Amino acid sequence: MAARTLYEKIWEAHIVREEPGQPTLIYIDRHLIHEGTSPQAFAGLKAAGRKVRQPQLTFAVMDHSVSTKNRLLPVLDADALGQFEALARNCQEHGVHLFDMHSKNQGIIHIIGPELGITQPGQTIVCGDSHTSTHGAFGALAFGIGTSEIEHVLATQCLTQFKSKTMKIEINGKRPRGVTAKDFILTVIGKIGIAGGTGYVFEYTGEAVRGLSMEGRMTMCNMSIEGGARAGMVSPDETTFAYLEGRPFVPRGKEFQVAVDHWRSLATDAGAKFDETLTLQAKELAPMVTWGTNPGMVTQVTDRVPDPASFGDPVDREAASRALVYMDLKPGTRIEDIPLDRVFIGSCTNSRIEDLRAAAKVVAGKHVSKDLKQALVVPGSRRVKVEAETEGLDKIFRDAGFEWRDAGCSMCIGMNDDVLLSGERSASTSNRNFEGRQGKGGRTHLVSPVMAAAAAIEGHFVDIRDWKNADGAE
Amino acid sequence: MEPFVKHTGLVAPLDRVNVDTDQMVPKQFLKFLTREGYGRVLFYDWRYLPGEKPNPDFVLNQPRYKGASVILARANFGCGSSREHAPWAILDYGFRTILAPSYADIFYNNCFKNGILPVTLSNEQMDELFKRAEKQQGYRLTVDLEQQIVTDEDGLRYSFEVDPFRRDCLLRGLDDIGLTLVHDQHITGFEGKNLRLPVMYDPVDVKYHKQ
Repeated sequence: MAARTLYEKIWEAHIVREEPGQPTLIYIDRHLIHEGTSPQAFAGLKAAGRKVRQPQLTFAVMDHSVSTKNRLLPVLDADALGQFEALARNCQEHGVHLFDMHSKNQGIIHIIGPELGITQPGQTIVCGDSHTSTHGAFGALAFGIGTSEIEHVLATQCLTQFKSKTMKIEINGKRPRGVTAKDFILTVIGKIGIAGGTGYVFEYTGEAVRGLSMEGRMTMCNMSIEGGARAGMVSPDETTFAYLEGRPFVPRGKEFQVAVDHWRSLATDAGAKFDETLTLQAKELAPMVTWGTNPGMVTQVTDRVPDPASFGDPVDREAASRALVYMDLKPGTRIEDIPLDRVFIGSCTNSRIEDLRAAAKVVAGKHVSKDLKQALVVPGSRRVKVEAETEGLDKIFRDAGFEWRDAGCSMCIGMNDDVLLSGERSASTSNRNFEGRQGKGGRTHLVSPVMAAAAAIEGHFVDIRDWKNADGAE
Repeated sequence: MEPFVKHTGLVAPLDRVNVDTDQMVPKQFLKFLTREGYGRVLFYDWRYLPGEKPNPDFVLNQPRYKGASVILARANFGCGSSREHAPWAILDYGFRTILAPSYADIFYNNCFKNGILPVTLSNEQMDELFKRAEKQQGYRLTVDLEQQIVTDEDGLRYSFEVDPFRRDCLLRGLDDIGLTLVHDQHITGFEGKNLRLPVMYDPVDVKYHKQ
């Protein structure tokens, strides 16, 4: 058989029906849902008199609008409450797995899927959330869908799909100190642009990617959508299998060995062809900071805010000018001189235990700058929260002046009360710096957890490589 | 879903690249349980000043574009979040068709599910349409999906490409769940060979898990 990519292998294994000139009907192995985008899908299902075809393949969680403060208090936001109640009712009616806001396993959907072993190599996984690409880190084909497609998957357990093109993104050499998976992906998006991946599925590879933990790989795959890609993936390997072993939904004993043998066969074959290739050298990468209003407007921490006049394309020039007005930044300002109001460590991009460990190492024994209004740590899941507390990380953060919260999407999207106020500027470990993303008029700079931690201490960005604990990330 | 065959309407130009779905429908409006009523909040932060007063600087608030049903946009329209609230808002506001040089993937799919036709034209063609819409008050375009052409009253005529399957669904206003369920036998057959239900080896506190 001809050499195939991971994407091609998963695609071919999930074809339910293929007809020339039509999109392919593919089977969906895991359907993840949350309170924000699912109510209309269940309502549509009900209106048509349809049922959930495979409730056991469907997993729901409350994450987008949950409070990260005291969850035992009544929900005051009536609209959010309406969504929580609708999700609970829909799950009960249809027999769909539900992690409600009081479950010990509650958390951001893209954190808990992998952490519970619901996510496994070779699966097709969809969710009404664009950051579903996270799960591709396991060698799964995972992507975000709209509410109509949620309804389609609920009713049929299938989706009609057009096959994507493939792009190999290879990072050679060893990861430099202080440079994280977040910096890898921000560099990639900076190079290809936020629409550079439209129509593609990315596969990340090369020594520096292979050397990442599962958590780092998830960070990279998470932001594939910010480069416009349908999905991002990493071929499964020993790191993948070691992460999965023993998780609640992962087979045990002999069955595990059988699964591993299958998972191993999914990796992209030597000599498989990609439609495009992007190659980067790890030694040229540095900690990254976004300066504009999309994740492609990004530069190295040692750089300056660019001058819009320096962009060759008039469209880019205009976009950069607009972005600088919104961000209230002057061309030529050193990135390290940008002062901050709030720091947010959290989101499906960077709120896993390794992210928190790395950030805690940076802040241990220090204190958040007096110039800051707030520094917030929001664990991605309650499991992560408990694990961090067992290791004493909560105490390190609290002693350093951070707030330590319960799990949820929080200030990444600001659907609960964790928001930026108009004109405020944040260093954030999340994934989007769009206008108003973290609160109307708020200004977001995306960075890695160690960069956010150091920025919190200093009140402005600093080059984490100058610090002793730059490599908290390992 | 309402079929889309041919539509003629007033044109509004939105001359910005990379318009993301967070701008189309900001997060505070993602908490409702219905698909209706989002037209009022479309482009909320751009459209309104504090107190929901219309921002006179925003293009859609100009009286000449009132009642527009065709929107001109720039590259990578609809990037970011998968929220289908974005096309719901576009449709509810009154737009039936979008013309742009490119779209983000999820948004593009979502349009077809809601009877909105996203037409893809070249940058040069879009420049020309922007020029005409800005110059000529009351500028109207006709978008004909059957013929796959865009025309105006001054003889402009651009043809466009669209996937035949999506075109057919839109022309006939087909419910694609119904279309898929026609192949129920295939799905059942696939499940017979491949379905593995998740097993919980360690109990976790999830509700409604059946073993």
